[in-house]
Amino acid sequence: MIPWEELEPLRLGSLKFDPAWLPQLGRGLLTTLEITALCIALGAVLGLTLAVLRVYGRGPLYWLSSLYVQFFRGTPLLVQLFMVYYGLPSWGIVLSPFASSVLALGLNTAAYQAEYFRGAIQAIPQGQMLAARALGMSRWLAVRSIILPQALRLVIPPWSNELILMLKYSSIVYFVTLMDLMGTAKRIAASNFRNVEVFLLVALIYLGLVVAISALLRRLERRVRVPGLGGGAEAEAHH
Amino acid sequence: MDVEGLLILVKSLPALLQATLVNLGLLLGLISLGFVVGVPIALLQVYGPAPLRGLALAWEGFFRGVPALVLLILFAYLPPKLGWGLEPFTAAVLALGCRSSAYQSQIFRGAIQAIPQGQMLAARALGMSRWLAVRSIILPQALRLAIPGWSNEFSSVIKDTTLASAIGVVEVFKRASFIYQRYYELAMPAYLTVALIFLILTYGGNWLLGRLERRLAVPGFQLRGADARTQAQAQAQAQARASTPAEVAR
Amino acid sequence: MSDVVLRVEDLHKRYGREEVLRGVSFTVRRGEVKVILGPSGTGKSTLLRCITRLTEPDRGRVWLEDVEVTGRGVDLNRVRASIGFVFQDFNLFTHLTALDNVRIGLLKVKKLPKDRATRIAMEQLERVGLAHKAAAYPAELSGGQQQRVAIARALAMQPKLMLFDEPTSALDPELTGEVLDVMTQLARDGMTMVVVSHEVGFARAAADELIFMEGGRIVEQGPPEALFTRPQHPRTAQFLKKITALYEGGGALKDER
Repeated sequence: MIPWEELEPLRLGSLKFDPAWLPQLGRGLLTTLEITALCIALGAVLGLTLAVLRVYGRGPLYWLSSLYVQFFRGTPLLVQLFMVYYGLPSWGIVLSPFASSVLALGLNTAAYQAEYFRGAIQAIPQGQMLAARALGMSRWLAVRSIILPQALRLVIPPWSNELILMLKYSSIVYFVTLMDLMGTAKRIAASNFRNVEVFLLVALIYLGLVVAISALLRRLERRVRVPGLGGGAEAEAHH
Repeated sequence: MDVEGLLILVKSLPALLQATLVNLGLLLGLISLGFVVGVPIALLQVYGPAPLRGLALAWEGFFRGVPALVLLILFAYLPPKLGWGLEPFTAAVLALGCRSSAYQSQIFRGAIQAIPQGQMLAARALGMSRWLAVRSIILPQALRLAIPGWSNEFSSVIKDTTLASAIGVVEVFKRASFIYQRYYELAMPAYLTVALIFLILTYGGNWLLGRLERRLAVPGFQLRGADARTQAQAQAQAQARASTPAEVAR
Repeated sequence: MSDVVLRVEDLHKRYGREEVLRGVSFTVRRGEVKVILGPSGTGKSTLLRCITRLTEPDRGRVWLEDVEVTGRGVDLNRVRASIGFVFQDFNLFTHLTALDNVRIGLLKVKKLPKDRATRIAMEQLERVGLAHKAAAYPAELSGGQQQRVAIARALAMQPKLMLFDEPTSALDPELTGEVLDVMTQLARDGMTMVVVSHEVGFARAAADELIFMEGGRIVEQGPPEALFTRPQHPRTAQFLKKITALYEGGGALKDER
């Protein structure tokens, strides 16, 4: 273990960075990553459902899913978070700050992910569905076994962005007293008034995360690429 | 919610609407700043000499990689430390404006790169300087191509103006929080009202920008060139996606 | 000599390991029309671009009248404003009408007042037979019309020299005629022209001299009839035979690049 508390502070001009902040920020970072992962997962499941409903659904199923997407894309995430954390209790639903955060962020990203999925599904040529139906597949089977496996590959680039975006937007959960990276930084800064130093450090941590995750996702994208599907000229056989 | 609650809400509506003006003010400030900074950043990225190009890319990377809230706090606390006191409103415009400049530069860069090389070549062949060619040939075309992406950015950042409440700007979200702090049971209706206001702003703004787009459209891009135009846009979008993917703000 | 408009001396250009131009020299006198032919990839387009330094040559010198284009401190924009350049793919400015395309150089480069620029631009559009299309945007014009507007755009600058880089090779066969007609008329009017083209008919009718290029060098040059009837170099003979068969046989050979 590194004795962070005993290390000398780093001084840059009048700025002073204290290594003792790091273990605390590290714990905050874990919360940030947890929330991001959970809300993205929730958003993926819900978003995919919404997308399928918007493409193949009829009647109320279609317009309810459309309404959902329009509402969550048309209103600020902060307002959505407060509706969940402060609003729902007046309807008798009380959730912890953590659960509220995951729910609000998840509901929000679901609407955006739904649009990416929908775009990808609609980008699959009609002939794919026709050929599947001609083989005797039911509509639903064709969606599951032919359309979605293609669409999911197409959706990786926008989906990667969404993940990075949610990582950054997860910082708003400190509004509901959650000690994520942002909340921890707020608390440290409140105790020593070193807002500038703490938040410069936090900015660098977020930046590093964004760069690292982007690089990882690009590798993932290359790994699942199929020749001839998306990816353009770079698409190559990969065995 | 009972009748009394409804009355309180109705009474606070004027205050909410007035606070919405603060959001619109923020929006105007940040989108203008983002435009004024974003266009040169995009130009430097495409045409600038190596060191400036690197700087422009670093600017974009930083302001896209750091969460809006962190930027807001940095802009609220850093300038006073350097002896430059800032109003929260100004700090918010600067923070969100710089952030928007990064996203806008990405939109404009994609559009500039979608203009065929021959346009620059023909302009230079006529005796135009590089800068004159950029101004009178490349930019007028690129700005038109950028409108859809730009509209997107517009309706995204309006929602982000609520984040300014984090550094003490009393905008509509903060104002709604005042209501619920006094009347706990009004939280849901108060925030729903704010949500409604934003729905109107977002979709209303989109509609207005759609009209602007149609008005600015060059007949050539639309008529026989309908294909060319969608191609160019698709190309712009593809390039924007390929180099630095378009993101949507909340 | 005072009536030499263009002098090119020992131009060299390489892209990476590929030597595109390996010492090209020629002169063009006032009113002369030179047509450059040769297989694709032999540096004809690069040669034209190097003349106005749209592509920077590695070595060699170029004079336009008594100004050395390749000299230090030369005002390149002024030089380019006095050399008309017509591209293979027209490159009309997409966001401008035909009139504005022809006018923009006069307004922004020559800084003429608007009414004069408009008058000159309309005259030039008239000259290429497109005055009635002044308000049309490029996308509303056929390829042949676009190329004629591009020629008008270049002519409006009152150039001392016109360079044509395969002006008809991006056009459908039925549209090449209208462009070649304009060019032939220009040649008759005494315009000094350097044309990269495989249009045998045009070369025979309008060229004072043909230049056959291959592998980045000039292989042979001379009057069209001489070159067509008794070429000195076997490569010239071979090539001219091939394109004559293709073009005069009605087949449309497009320079694939």
